[in-house]
Amino acid sequence: MPKRTDINKIMVIGSGPIIIGQAAEFDYSGTQACLALKELGYQVVLINSNPATIMTDREVADRVYLEPLTRKFVEKVLRKEHPDAILPTLGGQQGLNLAKELADAGTLTELGIELLGTKLAAINQAEDREAFRTLMQQLDQPVPQSQIATNIDQAVTFAKAQGYPVIVRPAFTMGGSGGGIAHNQAELVAIAESGLDQSPVTQVLVEQSIAGYKEIEFEVMRDHADNAMVVCNMENFDPVGIHTGDSIVFAPIQTLSDDEVQMLRDAALDIIRALKIEGGCNVQLALDPDSMQYYVIEVNPRVSRSSALASKATGYPIARIAAKISVGLHLDEIMNPVTGTTYAEFEPALDYVVCKIPRWPFDKFSQADRQLGTQMKSTGEVMAIDRTVEGALLKAIRSLDIDLIDLADPQLANYSTAAIITGVKTAKDDRLFYLYEAFRRGFSLERLAALTKIHSFFLDKILHILEITRDLIANRADPAWLRTAKRAGFADATIAKLWKTTPQAIRTLRKQVGVMPVYKMVDTCAGEFVSNTPYFYSTYEQENESQAFTHPAVVVLGSGPIRIGQGVEFDYATVHAIQAIQQAGYRAIVINNNPETVSTDAAISDKLYFEPLTVEEVLNVIDLEQPQGVVVQFGGQTAINLAAPLAAQGIKILGTTVADINRAEDRDEFDQIINQLQIRQPVGGTATAPTAALQIAEQIGYPVLVRPSYVLGGRAMEIVHKPAALKDYMQQAVRVSHDHPVLIDQYLTGKECEVDAICDGKTVVIPGIMEHIERSGVHSGDSMAVYPAQTLSTAVKAQIITMTKKLAQALHCVGLMNLQFVVHDEQAYVIEVNPRASRTVPFLSKVTGVPMAQLATKALLGESLVSQGYQTGVVAESKLIHVKAPVFSFSKLNQVDSRLGPEMKSTGEVMGSDQTFAKALYKAFAAAKIHVADHGKVLITVQDDDKAEMVSLAQRLSNLGYELLATPATAHFLTKRGIVVQSVEKVRENQALLAMMLRKQIQLVVNTVSQDCKSEHDAAQIRNVAIAHGIPVFSSLDTLTAMIQMLEDRAFTVNSL
Amino acid sequence: MTERYLVLADGTSYAGQAFGSSRETIGELVFSTGMSGYQQSITDQSYNNEILMFTNPLIGNYGVNRDNLESQHATCKGVVVRELARRTTNWRMLTSLDDFLQQQDVPGISEIDTRAVTRHIRQAGTMRAALVNKITEKTVAELQQPLDGSSLIATSATHNAYPVPATGRRIAVLDFGLKYSILRELTKRNCDVMVLPPTASLEEIHAVHPDGILLTNGPGDPQDIPHQTLALIRQLEEQYPLFGICMGHQLFALANGATIVKMKFGHRGFNHPVRNLETGRIDFTSQNHGYMVDRASVAATKLTILLEEINDHCVEGLRHQTLPAFSAQFHPDAAPGPHDTDYLFDKFMDLIDRHPVHN
Repeated sequence: MPKRTDINKIMVIGSGPIIIGQAAEFDYSGTQACLALKELGYQVVLINSNPATIMTDREVADRVYLEPLTRKFVEKVLRKEHPDAILPTLGGQQGLNLAKELADAGTLTELGIELLGTKLAAINQAEDREAFRTLMQQLDQPVPQSQIATNIDQAVTFAKAQGYPVIVRPAFTMGGSGGGIAHNQAELVAIAESGLDQSPVTQVLVEQSIAGYKEIEFEVMRDHADNAMVVCNMENFDPVGIHTGDSIVFAPIQTLSDDEVQMLRDAALDIIRALKIEGGCNVQLALDPDSMQYYVIEVNPRVSRSSALASKATGYPIARIAAKISVGLHLDEIMNPVTGTTYAEFEPALDYVVCKIPRWPFDKFSQADRQLGTQMKSTGEVMAIDRTVEGALLKAIRSLDIDLIDLADPQLANYSTAAIITGVKTAKDDRLFYLYEAFRRGFSLERLAALTKIHSFFLDKILHILEITRDLIANRADPAWLRTAKRAGFADATIAKLWKTTPQAIRTLRKQVGVMPVYKMVDTCAGEFVSNTPYFYSTYEQENESQAFTHPAVVVLGSGPIRIGQGVEFDYATVHAIQAIQQAGYRAIVINNNPETVSTDAAISDKLYFEPLTVEEVLNVIDLEQPQGVVVQFGGQTAINLAAPLAAQGIKILGTTVADINRAEDRDEFDQIINQLQIRQPVGGTATAPTAALQIAEQIGYPVLVRPSYVLGGRAMEIVHKPAALKDYMQQAVRVSHDHPVLIDQYLTGKECEVDAICDGKTVVIPGIMEHIERSGVHSGDSMAVYPAQTLSTAVKAQIITMTKKLAQALHCVGLMNLQFVVHDEQAYVIEVNPRASRTVPFLSKVTGVPMAQLATKALLGESLVSQGYQTGVVAESKLIHVKAPVFSFSKLNQVDSRLGPEMKSTGEVMGSDQTFAKALYKAFAAAKIHVADHGKVLITVQDDDKAEMVSLAQRLSNLGYELLATPATAHFLTKRGIVVQSVEKVRENQALLAMMLRKQIQLVVNTVSQDCKSEHDAAQIRNVAIAHGIPVFSSLDTLTAMIQMLEDRAFTVNSL
Repeated sequence: MTERYLVLADGTSYAGQAFGSSRETIGELVFSTGMSGYQQSITDQSYNNEILMFTNPLIGNYGVNRDNLESQHATCKGVVVRELARRTTNWRMLTSLDDFLQQQDVPGISEIDTRAVTRHIRQAGTMRAALVNKITEKTVAELQQPLDGSSLIATSATHNAYPVPATGRRIAVLDFGLKYSILRELTKRNCDVMVLPPTASLEEIHAVHPDGILLTNGPGDPQDIPHQTLALIRQLEEQYPLFGICMGHQLFALANGATIVKMKFGHRGFNHPVRNLETGRIDFTSQNHGYMVDRASVAATKLTILLEEINDHCVEGLRHQTLPAFSAQFHPDAAPGPHDTDYLFDKFMDLIDRHPVHN
């Protein structure tokens, strides 16, 4: 059937902020969908609350609404735009849930709006456990024994009859939120309670455990004509039991014989046909390793994280095709854009191995529970392609951008055997490294297979890597072993480590003996048909397929996996840099390894190299392509870290030079510049040893702000109040090294603000000043920010602008730079300068209309800002007020403290815009899903320093209709100042408080604490329970003030005469 | 580890590692893009005389088992892979692929840039190749001699008739080098099967009293088949419902006046989409053919194109305009590959029921 002509305008719902379980993959799929629909001639209206995405760029849709993804706001847009249809299946669970809400509320019927793609009935059938089970029974598809429970008793009764362990899966939650494996009744009660709570329909599934089964996934597609096909099949390294988002995954399936594969393929296709899926769908199955018995685990009736992975793993653009299917096109009417010569009705054949490894946030959340299970915990993932499993695995490890470059973690060498066994048995993020260490200690394959239930095929790959390592050690400088190791994916750095030389020496040796990488194309068809997709991966074989551009080209380094502190914003900047490079007349070449993002869509750049972002791999690409230069400033710290080593090899880094980057990041050099320019900054110093640190702190006075240099997202940054704590910090929390000294600064309280500037060496364009709502001390990435600044005086703004100009010019900045200031007694102090794109680039670009990344890219390619139409100075402020709010994923991570501080904790952001500050704030809170009740009970427990400030806030809450509860000290303080407040016992004395929260008798929590351990423990418990039960928690009085202002603004007051 | 070479008729050679049998071999080099099912392909009679190269880079991961044999032997002339699995484990595994090929005396070569070779064949077309332990002038000279495929069917197919008894419809299977999967599909449908050699006479077939005739797959060039066989097929289709698979399809076409052409590099893999022109339905098919029916030649016959590949419009199935006879170029019996087209066996059963033979 040709595309539908009875509809003209289509609304696409995005997925909102990045949270664990719903990340950049939906920027990729949403962008693809919008572009595909526009390509077909439809008018596209997009709604999404996440400013950090490519999807919310003006060019992606005809109308872009950056509004909260709540029914209220979507309805408003629907009534204004009157689209004919909504496409809800490309915006993750958020998009689906919203579509369901709109349908249930009757809005769609009222406005005559059709839902495109898979029908709601089918979605319900896939997502409602009971309906799904019934359907599976009808289809004769086996599902594990299970029981729907709407209360704890039902869950316990089933588990008693079935036997432990059992798996708890809450209905309608994303990323399996609130689920887990229970081995006994106590665990079951705890998990089921949280699961029931998080499920919007108060429903969990308690299920027979099939632990030890192989976990297999199929990414499937179907069209309205019932054509159905498999895009990609995948096999998890970890057996069933770990959320697929947290599993190491290989594609294609490695250990199944053809009849096993075909049996599962039949099941997947039967299921999507029965569900009448129109578009993409993910089917997860479990196969007994010792028989043909299998079970259907789960079906996701929409585009998902797995489909993004499958798209990048095969080259087949699932979301783009799914969007076309949703408007009536059939698979045999859509061309396969990869080959350009065959139809989309085509099951890709892979002639390589793909490995995906998740990226977890445990480097930032050291207290978090690292055990992996049915609740997803990773924030992002990397993908690697090679012709061997070993190669793909090792490349993926290098892509993770962690401290390790291979499977050998030197720390584990000191651990006891018991600790190694525990590490092997427990599925945590670092199990791979424990497995390697276990092999190193002589554990047999059989023993490890028995301990882990991981298939011995995969374990043997780890063993093989160890064997090659040993052969390398025994055959130093032997070209034959060098070749073997490179074919198995070993890094030059690994070989250098084993041969006690430098990676550079290995590189030279490789060139001498002719062990050089070749690049092979990802073409969907294993070479059977001619294909022109510019999508390549490296391997050590015979034939190279990537021909260097004869036209001048520029290499852009991406930002790797999404992690806290380095999110989708950098992908946004990368994509804009690519576009600007192309506009400037160059070919844009991208190197990146994140399968979720827009930048790794082969259609975006002129050539995509899917490679680890290491010096070796980047140099290899440069060797072949001979580009004009390399752009590092849009790829976050990952790319910036490569600038110096690349420059050392004589590679041209475009934009701000490495020397100038160092001048900004090296404390002493930076201090000199500050002194020369006579700019104010907090007093401070650097130290590499505890004694020096104590001396510096003594001089400047406590509290001090401490952090290691060269880190992103404020990792390991703390405010230290006492010498003992500083000593602790220096000794334990940070590995002190001369390469990375610790910065110790005076901690100034005051307003923080932030500026992004674009500079070409002469002209300095400042798109705008953003003011943080939280005072200094909260990481800028976790602060709410407002543009234009609301409370800064003209004088302060002028100071900021002058300092920005001076610094940009003094640092010879070419491209983007980010500066942060603290305003203390009407004086602005510089607290941070980053000579690269920051995470606020997309937000500021969108609210000011200045295409920052593009201007910056053209500037670093030599086009002056003046010739691009810009002058030095700050751009005129917008009329609308825009508030950016951070979004956290605490509910996914047990035992992570939600208290905000100098270390970044948020995973994503949203934006609210309106004509008044209060309205913009309201939208930002709504978009961040912080639903503050108009009235109810508020629990207040604040540290001594905050008590005075709390008085007026408490009064204002009371005026709004809130009943006040407070812990004894706070209550006492407030009562003395005439506030009516009820005192409640501290948690460590009485659990009643927690029980009240469980019963939803408290609607709001205000909680600030000093770092005194005892009260901190208490407070952390209150915050954790509140978050687990969806009660808004405010740990900064500034955020609270903003929230109260917002509530006051929309409430009527009642006053007696 | 022993060095071994893959030498192509155009003089290109690739160095790799030996596995399987140590003997040298010559055959036609073809590639298959299926990502699983190496055991089925290696034991598929249609690969007789061919050196089989897999584009999937890892081969042998789950070993060889008793359920995935498509004939009693490894039938291909040689096996070319990027990497031979070093550890093979599967609950059904009897032996590793390496051991199996040694037992079967079929040589293999690993550590080959199979993608480079595939691209070469895609551009230059299928050609003869040798697996040798040392490249000599003789190797190159031998590669210039055409392979004699004329006796392929005779050596692949059964010499004696044998039954696969059941209680349902009686099918006479005319064997040109069948895959067991065809018999499995018939057995699933309770067919009472008699497998006959390709030399069977009309009388011998009559004597079986079949309800339907199935022409199987087989190796080589269908044009090598004797004229008597084509004449036999013409007689059979007049009297019995008939279904041809792969070689059987090509013989059905030839018997009815269509012609056959050799393809540049054939269709081998699981992902060729095929449209049923009667229903519009599209399925993924298990393919293994280097020859095809010349599309233009069909017009002058009493045949209608029933199935076609959606991309290159290759004729993938034919139907007789007046008689209850049809054919498929691919393997509806799969093994390896998708089961999407097993409905064609049901169609065959249906055809038999609608056209009862008065035996």
